[in-house]
Parts: sequence; structure tokens; C-alpha cells
Amino acid sequence: MRDFLPIGEWAEKTINFILENDHGVLENLGDVVGEMTALTEQLLQLVPDWLLAGIFVAVGFWRLGWKFALISAAAFVVIIGTGFWPATMVTLALIIAATLISLLVGIPLGIAAALNRRINYFLRPVLDFMQTMPAFVYLIPAAMVFGLGRVPAVLATVIFAMPPVVRLTALGIRQVNKEQVEAGITFGCTPLQVLLKIQIPGALPSIMAGINQTIMMALSMVIIASMVGGGGLGNNVLASIQRLDIGLGFESGLAVVLLAIILDRLTESFGVRKEERIARRQGGQGQES
Amino acid sequence: MQEKIVVKDLYKIFGPKPDQAMQMLRSGKDKDQIVRETGMVVGVQKANLHINAGEIFVIMGLSGSGKSTLIRLLNRLIEPSSGQVLVDGQDVASMDPRELIKLRRRDMAMVFQSFALLPHLTVLANAAFGLEVSGVPRKEREARAMKVLEQVGLGAYANRYPRELSGGMQQRAGLARALAVDPSLMLMDEAFSALDPLKRTEMQDLLLDLQREQQRTIIFVSHDLDEACRIGNRIAIMEGGRIVQIGTPDEIIRNPADEYVRAFFNGVDVNKYLSAKDIADADAVPVFKAHGDFANGFHDAIERLRAVRRNYGFVVDGERKLVGTVSIDSMIRSLESGSTELAHALLTDLPPVNGNLNLRELICRIVKMPYPLPVIEPQGQYIGAVTQTILLKKMAKEELSHA
Repeated sequence: MRDFLPIGEWAEKTINFILENDHGVLENLGDVVGEMTALTEQLLQLVPDWLLAGIFVAVGFWRLGWKFALISAAAFVVIIGTGFWPATMVTLALIIAATLISLLVGIPLGIAAALNRRINYFLRPVLDFMQTMPAFVYLIPAAMVFGLGRVPAVLATVIFAMPPVVRLTALGIRQVNKEQVEAGITFGCTPLQVLLKIQIPGALPSIMAGINQTIMMALSMVIIASMVGGGGLGNNVLASIQRLDIGLGFESGLAVVLLAIILDRLTESFGVRKEERIARRQGGQGQES
Repeated sequence: MQEKIVVKDLYKIFGPKPDQAMQMLRSGKDKDQIVRETGMVVGVQKANLHINAGEIFVIMGLSGSGKSTLIRLLNRLIEPSSGQVLVDGQDVASMDPRELIKLRRRDMAMVFQSFALLPHLTVLANAAFGLEVSGVPRKEREARAMKVLEQVGLGAYANRYPRELSGGMQQRAGLARALAVDPSLMLMDEAFSALDPLKRTEMQDLLLDLQREQQRTIIFVSHDLDEACRIGNRIAIMEGGRIVQIGTPDEIIRNPADEYVRAFFNGVDVNKYLSAKDIADADAVPVFKAHGDFANGFHDAIERLRAVRRNYGFVVDGERKLVGTVSIDSMIRSLESGSTELAHALLTDLPPVNGNLNLRELICRIVKMPYPLPVIEPQGQYIGAVTQTILLKKMAKEELSHA
């Protein structure tokens, strides 16, 4: 069949047009993102592995109790013992950079979508597109615009990982009890005061769940982004595929899984209210939310 | 009395084209027709109200009658479609946002059915919320919040979180939050409806106590007639977005405007709200004037009683104040002992009934009395008589009219 809709061509032309006419804006953006990622990476590598692992275990103990502290300690032993610590830190730096950018853009967007029907109407299909477009596809324009390296990896990750925090922020704000919002207005809140004193605090558990989801999506994407030179554990995974190296594949894959579990449980614990956490710690009798 | 709130021709239409619906209302179409033809819902139509300063005004109606919409139009949580809401002479409906916020901070507070406390704040911070919003410094606002928490009996719970409190206690915190801003106007939307009956009565008492200490204008939405009669100085009854009747609880119970209003009293013990003066029958017992009817001794009085086959009669003075009760026997006995003095013939063991005596106590008194009791105003004026028969007839009529 003859394709009479050259959408692909248009997309390419659009990207090229942006490249030729952006007057260095994209370049500056890329520089900022690159600097930010590099700085995070250096910071993580500055701290000795046992100390950083110890900090993670301590936070795990504080938020989730000794069981989780033990599990995460064992996980770090595996990561350090298989020699993947440096690569894991590179991956972590990419995740942190991508997540920070996602939140910085995503949370305000979510708030805007919750408060303004028109913005929500426009944003929904965009978010669907961002989430369902196969992740690899972002890598092509990202690499074209920013070249190979950390920058396209982080930015492609941002696009893929941002939708959950936008959606869950909007959902959380929309679900705040109507009478609580009315109470705010009744007592003379300005719209900004309603947002800051009632809607955002009320939406916090939902926003935290969004942040957790964004981190998880970022983790899966930074592995894929190694194809444009993101580095870190992704490189090892990629290498194992190219060389059909089962051992390398398993070890690097395991490091990804362990990192995912630790990040997931820790970030999740910040979204749960204190007494529910205590209840779970004391044998899981707490209400499941 | 000073008018705190005046509502003039207030309408609220929910839907995209309120003007079109208003036009249809003016041309005589009703709420149901408008929903059918345009999908727009008439929330409140042609509401007119005068609410006095210092009174508890209850808006009553079934769910969907527009009572929650009406109370929200008063502080513009809902934008009116047309009409005026004057609070102290200022029109809330046409205020700009800045003035509106000022008015809400200074003079209005609201208590909600679901309490609507903020879960991330302590009880103290919740109570201080209204003050925080208007920028009162922390020390001062917490001191004021603490004072009202003591008033509502929550002093010991200031540092707890709302979810640690029972429903009744949460609503006390809701009440404290409203009182802390010291508003002259309080809006209460089904404030006690979510509480169990015991707690509800307790909260009503608390509200009445607070009202005795400091008279505020309170507008209270309720679907509970008992509650409305207990706390309300006046009641407005709403149906289908219209106000069908406004009056004191007594007026509404005695003269319900229509079947809808009457239906409210189904299953309600109306007798609780009736008092002796509502039952007293002015024609049941002959009345004699102390100066005049006894000018020729007792003979005329005895003849009159015999003529209407009554044993008892009441005696009043020139100002219609009750002097006492006479009977045929007491007058004959008096005559036999050679006296024509009225004072001799008066029965001494028949104390009159105060007109405000409630029905329950009246029943207790009357079962022991095989003869009629005079009912009088607090100042002594004669109103009428109650007998066992009159009482039973009245109660039977109430039962029948509500069956």
C-alpha cells in the first residue's frame, strides 16, 4: 500500500527545523542537564561505597524497620561483591537527575491540569503519547539534538518517566475532600492559600506515589538509554547482549533489580502516613491503602 | 430587631446557560420541565429571607431541596445566578473577590457535615486555621484557638490529630475553628447530622450554651425537625429549590403551609412541641365576671351553669385575669351557710395552668383532676380551659392528621 501520509517525514522535518532555529536554547539546556548529572555522579562517587550503602541501610531502618535494613544490606553486599558498585552509582546519578527534572516540570503541570480543565484536556493525550510511544523512539531525536552521552539519556528518560507524577499529582488534587476545600474558601483563603494549605497537603500521598512511579520508570529507561551512551549498568546489560554473555547479563541485571527494590520501598515509605508504617512494621495489621 | 441578612429574589441555576433557564422560569415553567428540556438544574428559585441579628435560623428540607445550595449562596461558595444577598447591607453577590475574601475572614465562618478538618494539622492548628489564613501571628492565633478549644471541651486534645478523635470530638474541633475567628455570622451545614443521636443532642446543647454567652447570627441547615425545633428561633422550609414556609417552630407546627410541610411531621412526636395554650378551649367552660355576674348573689351563675349542663365556671376580673373557679356545689354551700360573698364560693384547691406548660406535664396534672383546669398567660389573663376530654380530642386529631 502506498503511504499517502508521510508523518515520519514531517516529524523529521520538525526536529530539523527545531535544530536549525533554536538559537542555542537546546544547547544551553543540554549543558545544564549534563552539568547536573555529572555533578550528581561525582558526588556519589566521592562517598566511599560502604558509607553510602550504610546511609541507605540506615534510612531503610528508620523508615521500614530492621527487616528491610537487613535485606538492603544484603543487596549492597551483592552489588559491591560482583563489582557493579561504580556502574550502579552512574545509573543512580542518571535516575536522580532525570527524576529531579521530571518532578520540577511534572508537579506544576499536574497542579495546572487539576485546576484548569482546558490544560487537562490538552495534557491528557500528550501524556498518553509520552507513556505509550516505545521508549527507544525518544532516543533517536534526543541523540540527534544532543549528541551521544548522558544528556540525551537523561532527557529521553524525563519524557518517559514524567507522566505518572503529572497524572497522580492531578488526581490527588482533584480528590481532595470537597468540603475541606470549601472550608478553606470559607475562612478567607486566596486561591493560592487553598492550593498550598489544603490541596497540596491533601494530595501528598498521591503525589508521593507519583514520585515513586516516576523513579521506577526512570530506572527502566536509563538502562535502555545506554544505547545513546548513558553509561552505568545499562552499558553492562548492553554488552552482555552483544556478547551473549549470560554471566554478565545476570549479574548486571541483578544489580538493576536490587537497586529497583531499594528505591521503590524507600520512596514508597515516604508516601505512607506514620502510623500506617508502624502498623505494618508490627506484623502488617495496618490498613492496606 | 436588626436585620443581619437580607436575601432578595435569589436564584441559582446549575448549567451552561442560566439566563435561558431564568427566562423559562419567568414564563412559568417549573423545575422539572426545565431539566427535561435543557438539562439545567434549578438549585434555588426566588428565595427571599430576612434573618435577624442574633437569631438561630434553621433552613430545613429533604435532600435535593436546595438547602445546602442556599447556605452556600450566602457566602458565595456557589455563585448566585441572580438576586441579592445583603450581609449587614453589603451585597455579597456583587462583591469583587478581594472584598469577598475580606468579608469571609472578618465576619463569617462555616461548620461542615463532614467536619472538613485538615488531616495534616493538629487540632490546635485546625482551630487556628481561620486566623492563620488572615495572617495573625502564630503566638496570638494559637492562644485564641486554645481558648475556644477550652470552650468546646477539647483543651486536652489540642496536640492530637483529627483522625485520633471521635466524630463528636471532631465536630467540636470544627466548631472551635469557626468560633476562633469570632464571627458575627456562622453558617452550619448539617453540622450535627453525621453524629449519633446522643452526641447530636450534646452538640445542640453546646451550641445553645455558646449562643447564650455570645449572641451570633447562626444559619443552620438541617433535615431533622427535632433539631430545628430545639435550636431554631425561626425555621424556613424548602422544597424543590423554593422556600415554602418561614416561621417560628410553633407557627409551622400549628399551621403547616402545605402537605409537604405537614409530611415533615410524620413520625415526629408533635406533642412535644405543643403547650397548654395550644390546647386550651375558650368556650368549654362558662366564664363569669367577678364584678357584674355576681351582683345579685349566686343565683344567676347557678342558673347559667345548669342551663349548659356544666358543674364548673371560671371567674375573671375586669382585665380578664383569672380570679378563681366556682362550682354549682360550692355556690350552693356558700348560700346555705348564709354568704353571698364570691370569695366564699371560690374553690381553693384548683391552681391554674401556665400557658407555656408543655403537653407532657399537662397530662401529668390533668389525669389526677376530674374537673376542668383554667389556662392562663404568665401575666394571669385567662386563655381557656383544658379537660381530659379536650386533651384526648386534641391528641387524637394530631394522630389522625399525620397518619
